[in-house]
Amino acid sequence: MMRAFVEGVGLIGPGLQGWAAGRQVLAGAQPYRPAPTAVGASEWLPPAERRRAGVPVKLALAAGQEALAHAARDAADIATVFASSSGDCDNVHHLLETLATPERQISPTRFHNSVHNAAAGYWSIATQCRAPSTSLCCHEASFAAGLLDAASQIAIDGDPVALIAYDHPYPEPLNAVRPLGASFGTTLVLAPRATARAIAALDVAFVPQKAAAAPMDDPGLEALRAGVPAARCLPLLAALARGARATLVLEYVAGTHLRVAVSPCS
Amino acid sequence: MQPLAISHYSVVNCLGTGAQAVTGAIRERRSGLVPCDFETVALETWIGRVAGLEQVRIRADLAAYDCRNNRLAQLGLDTDGFAGAVAAARSRYGAVRIGVFVGTSTSGIFETELAYHRRDPSSGALPPGFRYAETHNTYSLADFVRRYLALEGPACVVSSACSSTAKVFGNAARMIAAGICDAAVVGGVDSLCLTTLYGFHSLELTARGPCRPFDAERDGISIGEGAGFALLERMPAAAGAAAMLLGIGESSDAYHMSTPHPEGLGAKLAMTRALESAGLGPSDVDYVNLHGTGTRSNDAAEDRAVSDLFDAVTPCSSTKGATGHLLGAAGITEATICILAIGHDIMPGSANTRAVDPALRCNYLVANREGRVRRALSNSFGFGGSNCSLVLGAAA
Repeated sequence: MMRAFVEGVGLIGPGLQGWAAGRQVLAGAQPYRPAPTAVGASEWLPPAERRRAGVPVKLALAAGQEALAHAARDAADIATVFASSSGDCDNVHHLLETLATPERQISPTRFHNSVHNAAAGYWSIATQCRAPSTSLCCHEASFAAGLLDAASQIAIDGDPVALIAYDHPYPEPLNAVRPLGASFGTTLVLAPRATARAIAALDVAFVPQKAAAAPMDDPGLEALRAGVPAARCLPLLAALARGARATLVLEYVAGTHLRVAVSPCS
Repeated sequence: MQPLAISHYSVVNCLGTGAQAVTGAIRERRSGLVPCDFETVALETWIGRVAGLEQVRIRADLAAYDCRNNRLAQLGLDTDGFAGAVAAARSRYGAVRIGVFVGTSTSGIFETELAYHRRDPSSGALPPGFRYAETHNTYSLADFVRRYLALEGPACVVSSACSSTAKVFGNAARMIAAGICDAAVVGGVDSLCLTTLYGFHSLELTARGPCRPFDAERDGISIGEGAGFALLERMPAAAGAAAMLLGIGESSDAYHMSTPHPEGLGAKLAMTRALESAGLGPSDVDYVNLHGTGTRSNDAAEDRAVSDLFDAVTPCSSTKGATGHLLGAAGITEATICILAIGHDIMPGSANTRAVDPALRCNYLVANREGRVRRALSNSFGFGGSNCSLVLGAAA
């Protein structure tokens, strides 16, 4: 079991416009009203990169900035773990369409945006952070994989880590074979020790047994959780929003899950 | 870090299938690069292609995973007795105690490229039978490897472009140190596809002929494909290990998406952190396997970083003139070449490099050099400014 302290949370999704507002919804104090995800370009990016950044980069930056502000940590100092099922889905679709034409004249910007670590690259340019950063994919379980890796970094390296998870739907025809519900981004700033800013302790355990995550109470939030890999974080965020003890199941790779115990810091 | 044993490994690329074939090619200073004959690609460039992939049959129970990338993965797992070594480890530790941390940049996207040529003319739909999760998705590789080897521990894919399969050593080392695994399969695969061939061409980063790392007239990369895997175990459980993982260093450039920091700042940070993690100094390293892509900007930036850190003394070379740039698989491929260098006390000279650029200062090997290699450092740098250096050493 590995312990990490949550110092900051970032959230952007359909009807979840930031952690400050979204936590009211997740705690059940406000009703959930789905609305298209509204995300703008980050002012942290230099103008050239701001023009080239796709929606996933915007999601990652919006959620990341909010969480780091919440944690009162400097983004330039903090290691990052990025987790996503499919990266920049608009961009890859455009590349595939162009590669299906006789000329195959793809744009160099689209090509460098196609790497799975594009969000991490833009993030480091935006924050001037030279700390280690990794970019993971675990299909449906990408958030769980990111949390396990971030927790292992905290346990072994002893430095704080920002876990940034995001997903953004494909256009057709890929949407038909891989529907990704909605645009969604979240960030958890995790630290090895309980500081004054710590909201809760997470005890993360890898369990080599199949188990199912509990659904969200609200059907709209449950549709979001089930439909978007990055939104599998919602039960964890709801526990943080309620400020109550909870033990959660996060489904991980086939035949396994993570058991996450949430203990609020008083 | 606590050193880990690399108890077994495998390697497949255009130089051949298996460590012996690759060692032979290095000894003979043979390059596997050929003029591009992939698919219907009409580009003036050379590639490092693995022969016979079209004939590989994916194991029947995993037929849904059939794609070029997973065929190459299967070939890699079946090479050098690797799958057998993992099976032995499985009976020793239990399937749930062995993790799979592998890397790829483009996974099975070639399947989707072909599928986009066969979309339904009226609806635009992809052809029936297209399998996204098992081929295109980046996780497909780890899923395939985990099932092929009947492992039940933690798994994920690291996809950070050309540093991917170096960085996986770090994920595995942390999981083992944290007690979640006793052993881990690391490495990964990248395979030829249209996205990378036309993509690097669009950036004017592909060489017209075979790539010539560190050459005064270098003009870009030659794209290759390949697979490599390593089994990491805690010492001293693994007697008779091939080599040891002594250190790993990771950094971000924070500079540009597709151009390295001109002073090699991120590269130097990664190497410094790797040496720190190994508890070693620059003079403890006998050979550096450079990222050495053959682009003007990479080689110049990496040369600055390596020359500064190693006082331009330590012998170093790029092996991409022989293998091509294996992109996401470059890290594991060059880690295995370092293991071969350590095992055979040979430092590979740079294939296809004719005259080293006089503007570059590091002690660059054009000819093979024989000499004791106790420790080697391997560099892998990727788009997005993702850098990783590994320190490998002889088994104790």
